[in-house]
Amino acid sequence: MTVAQEAEHHDPEVVEAWEEAPGVPGFFSTVDHKRIGVRYVVTAFMFFFLAGLMALAMRQQLARPDSNVLSPQTYNELFTSHGTMMIFLFNTPVLAGFGNYFLPLMLGTRDMAFPRLNAFSYWIFVLAGIFMTSSLVIGKAPDGGWFAYTPLTEKAFSPGINMDFWGLGVVFVGISTSVGAVNFLVTAFKMRAPGMTLDRMPVFVWSIVGMAAMVLFAVPAVTLSAGLLEADRIFGTAFFRPDHGGSSLLYQHLFWFWGHPEVYILFLPAAGMVAAIIPTFSRRPIAGYLWVVSSLIAVAFISFGVWVHHMFVTGMPVLAMSFFSAATLVIAIPAGVQFFSFIATMWKGVVRFATPMLFALGFLLIFLLGGITGVMVAVMPFDWQVHDSYFVVAHFHYVLNGAVVFPIFGALYYWVPKMTGRMLHERLGKVSFWTMFIGFNGAFFPMHILGLLGMPRRIYTYPSGLGWDGLNLIVTLASFVFALGTGLTLVNLIWSWKRGRAAPDNPWDGDTLEWSTTSPPPEWNFEAVPVVGSRHPLWDDGGLGYAVVDGDPVTASLGREGAKARATPVLTGVDAIPEAIMAIPHESYLPFLVALGIAVIFFGLLVKAALVGIVGLVLGAFAIMRWAWFTEADLR
Amino acid sequence: MTRTRAAGLLMAICLLAACDDRAPSSLRTHAPQGDRIAHVFWLMFLLAAAVYVVVGGLIVVAATRGRRRGGARPSRASDERFIWLGGIAVPAVILAVLATVTVGSANVLRDPGHDPLRVEVIGKRWWWAVRYPREGITTANEIRVPVGRPVEVLLRSDNVIHSFWVPELNGKMDTIPGQTSVHHFTATRAGTYRGECAEFCGLQHANMNFVVLAEPAADFDRWVVQHRNPPSGPASELEARGEAVFVRSACAGCHTIRGTDARGVLGPDLTDFGGRQSIGAKTVPNDRARLEGWIADPRSIKPGVLMPPTALEPDELQALVAYLESLK
Repeated sequence: MTVAQEAEHHDPEVVEAWEEAPGVPGFFSTVDHKRIGVRYVVTAFMFFFLAGLMALAMRQQLARPDSNVLSPQTYNELFTSHGTMMIFLFNTPVLAGFGNYFLPLMLGTRDMAFPRLNAFSYWIFVLAGIFMTSSLVIGKAPDGGWFAYTPLTEKAFSPGINMDFWGLGVVFVGISTSVGAVNFLVTAFKMRAPGMTLDRMPVFVWSIVGMAAMVLFAVPAVTLSAGLLEADRIFGTAFFRPDHGGSSLLYQHLFWFWGHPEVYILFLPAAGMVAAIIPTFSRRPIAGYLWVVSSLIAVAFISFGVWVHHMFVTGMPVLAMSFFSAATLVIAIPAGVQFFSFIATMWKGVVRFATPMLFALGFLLIFLLGGITGVMVAVMPFDWQVHDSYFVVAHFHYVLNGAVVFPIFGALYYWVPKMTGRMLHERLGKVSFWTMFIGFNGAFFPMHILGLLGMPRRIYTYPSGLGWDGLNLIVTLASFVFALGTGLTLVNLIWSWKRGRAAPDNPWDGDTLEWSTTSPPPEWNFEAVPVVGSRHPLWDDGGLGYAVVDGDPVTASLGREGAKARATPVLTGVDAIPEAIMAIPHESYLPFLVALGIAVIFFGLLVKAALVGIVGLVLGAFAIMRWAWFTEADLR
Repeated sequence: MTRTRAAGLLMAICLLAACDDRAPSSLRTHAPQGDRIAHVFWLMFLLAAAVYVVVGGLIVVAATRGRRRGGARPSRASDERFIWLGGIAVPAVILAVLATVTVGSANVLRDPGHDPLRVEVIGKRWWWAVRYPREGITTANEIRVPVGRPVEVLLRSDNVIHSFWVPELNGKMDTIPGQTSVHHFTATRAGTYRGECAEFCGLQHANMNFVVLAEPAADFDRWVVQHRNPPSGPASELEARGEAVFVRSACAGCHTIRGTDARGVLGPDLTDFGGRQSIGAKTVPNDRARLEGWIADPRSIKPGVLMPPTALEPDELQALVAYLESLK
């Protein structure tokens, strides 16, 4: 049955309740978590390819010694923008995008807990992205490193507007991440299908919960570091200016108090994706569910005790640093638990080598090395050698590119059929995987050796005769192979969008609730909210049922009446027993307007025009008040 | 099979490159500090290789097992003992070993040693100021040390953060404005060791390098005696003219040459400039032609360098270069 035919069978009252304005107006007003989720993923991938092209430009400069492809200024702008964009505008939001799309579907509910807030967090992300990217367009891109260490980034050493794009942009985009985290947490704890007790929640959802909890505690620190830096730059304060009594190390503490949990903020959902893919393609439940969930939560806690390992060469006392070294070593244990759970799952299962599974296996083999080198750099004396060398560049690309991007690509192949209703091309997917896997290892493995051979990071050129030439050439060539591999998946996505085979509801024989609805799902996700009787509702007898609707309005909201009323049940946090009905708000321009107001405020700060800031403040305040003035009319 | 072979080939290329003795390699070290870290590395390398082979092997076997057994049905058993052993027990033992190594080595590496030679190194944009406080010598971008004697480097900065790194001798240490960090090494073999700035410090971070010249103690003592007092002054008329140009032009505003009226402090001290191997913190070798080019327009050689171009008549430039090259 095609998607169009399917739509004809829906109850017209349900369709009407969920209808959104078509075309451009609907584009700005939608609150549908699926439209927002897709948009998040597409927008984030635009930044991924843009930042990837920057990496290729840098690799061209470094292919040969004493090269003049790029000026030092351009090189510095590129590596700063590459890092900033990959972390803030690709990795974080793309995971939020998948979370946005799949959390309600996996939980068996009709939308996120705060649909308008969801739209708002997307608009903030995209406006902050435009804000930061505009620096490239006007040729004033940030040039002080993605980590923006002070005092280099203070006015005295970076007088241009370049670093303001970074500082203000980071504070700006942090709003999106923070409100998104609140939304994820409330959704996961209050919006599950009846019967989905906490110990039946899919591991991917748990990983989003861990991620969101880390975001809530970590992002304020980076907002503070970037915000106080901007206060120094715009208003002349001296938080991080040592010549005026400030402390540049304070900046590093604040930055890394966010910066290291951030690695796990990215890694946790990626591991969650793998925990969704491996059991499906091993045709059995994940081994040691409780161990895996506990390990994810343990990582979330321990990640806040490791930040000083970014500061091992700042001259702190050995005793003080030893605690952070130990905490960093300890984090290998929950990672080990996840690893051995994945291995046990495959061992006792029967593995199908479909493209998503290949990416999951690629993740395992790459993250294994990234994790091992992570343990190595936790050992202080060794870190003193390789800190800020290419060894570290290799290590964190094995983690952030290998262990995060590979699962994301796996998730594309796994979940895009659900999102678009079209299968991706399987063979092209496999070619893309092998090209990426070979290109990745060819590009990043030799960097370990370059680091051991004394090549520092962030240098725009190097002389010949240091034994670095051959390896750098290999790295550059392989980086183009890797880029080609990612491009093949892009081609695959575009091709399948138009020509792909129609996707069945459950193409991979998955166990979680997103596979129980159509591909793509209707606006209301589930006409009748499922009642869950097991951890694997689609695999177990009695795992998936539907409530018998009686006169009780809360129970009634589970069924078609709820869909007709544009409502969804709210449940108790632990046992998932329905306790209330939530009306899902209608589409609205207000989230966009509030975000626009905030963007204008940031623009005012950037150009240092108080009047512009006041206009933004008025716009934002007006829209927020209108938003808060929630009337019955809004709910119809 | 081809994959294994390709990986083997890659490893071989990489190892060959690692043996390149021109590299400032952290694995071919010439100081007890560097040696110690290299030992830690090799210990970890062996552990890492073993872990990678075992766990990677398990991954491959686990993934292909079902296919090889043909027609087997997936079991739903949850093998928690396997997870406990592989994910917790074995890693805990390895990590305990590493934690012990970490603390033990870290304390040894921070040991100042007996009667160290004290050198103050100040990170500048983008060069290194070097002072021997007891000997009363100031130079730049070249750190001369005696073989076998512990060296205590006091690291400072009056601008942004840099990081002092000589991979063949020891790990690195940041120069952080507002604090003094202490770093140690003891060169055990005479030689020239490449030093680098390892913390991104702005436009010319890539060209902020230096050398450590380790020489026998007797040679070092001779150097100290030679350089303790100001140079004897120009030996020829040309050099005398060069000195005059230096002192009355913009040069003296930023550079010091001891024994003259040039007492600027913004740029490197040039008292022993003629003896230095390179110009612009190892940007180009120190020879007459490049020095002329550097003085006339340093930014064409090291873009963004803080030293401004100096417009001089050709004969003034020649005299100046002759004078600077005579300062040894």
